[in-house]
Amino acid sequence: MTVPPRYRPGQRVRVRNWYPPGHVRTPFYMRGHRGEILRVIGPMPNPEDLAYGRTDRPPVPVYRVRFRHRELWPEDDNPREDTVVADLCEHWLEPEETAS
Amino acid sequence: MSSGHRHPHPPQQPDIEDGPYTWHMALTDAVTDLLLAKGVITGAELRRTLETIDAATPAHGARLVARAWLDPDFKARVLEDANAAAGELGIDAGAIPIRAVENRSDLHNVIVCTLCSCYPRYLLGAAPDWYKSRAYRSRVVREPRAVLAEFGLHLPDHVRIEVHDSTAELRYMVLPLRPAGTEGLDEEALAALVTRDCMIGTAVPAAPAEP
Repeated sequence: MTVPPRYRPGQRVRVRNWYPPGHVRTPFYMRGHRGEILRVIGPMPNPEDLAYGRTDRPPVPVYRVRFRHRELWPEDDNPREDTVVADLCEHWLEPEETAS
Repeated sequence: MSSGHRHPHPPQQPDIEDGPYTWHMALTDAVTDLLLAKGVITGAELRRTLETIDAATPAHGARLVARAWLDPDFKARVLEDANAAAGELGIDAGAIPIRAVENRSDLHNVIVCTLCSCYPRYLLGAAPDWYKSRAYRSRVVREPRAVLAEFGLHLPDHVRIEVHDSTAELRYMVLPLRPAGTEGLDEEALAALVTRDCMIGTAVPAAPAEP
């Protein structure tokens, strides 16, 4: 059973500002920050299940997400357009707020 | 002297067994012993697997890059599926998908795994110790230009740096730009220019010095 991906390339998302215990693969430095979906990598086994031997759980959509350095670390005052890209599971992402 | 062993020895440096026996070392040994004792794997299979892993070198990745520089169709296949493209050259890139990210005149890619030390070792060989260091892993995302400068790589301001953090079950390698002045070089000569660091992104290939 595979869930269709909720996000599509070009969409803006925010990484959940969430600190669950246990094995997770979302680095702290991007939690709570906004990024852009580059591509859907596809359904992959959820490392948060695999780490505990739960191999019967459904795979989860994984995305390549791009972050601007300036968004991650505004205090660095980086004048350039440098970016960081990471591969993140869908349950770590939420739509970016549309209200201003 | 109880041993009667009285001739002098020079000072010894600590051997590999002289460090602390850590929790993870004990776990690794225990799991290995159990897999062997229960016949899940044999000692010979374990040795062959380690030999295969250790036989991978950056020369594999360098061949891939050199062929991609010479053959645009092959390059497209490298960018689509590096494992399959490596297979065309008779190189076993392993089961974990490897994605090549291409440098451009205005984009420079760098690879890291901030969580642990994920690395495309089937195409690049064993990761250098610095790649696994906390300093590299934490600093290259935050201050990539300063880190690259320490490697001797100074990028102009108009070149965007994109750091790839290998956080899932994919591995990344950099497909560097072919340096100017390498026209007429054959695949082997081009591959010799592509060092390990060029495929991590902490260096760029340089044309061979004039003889």
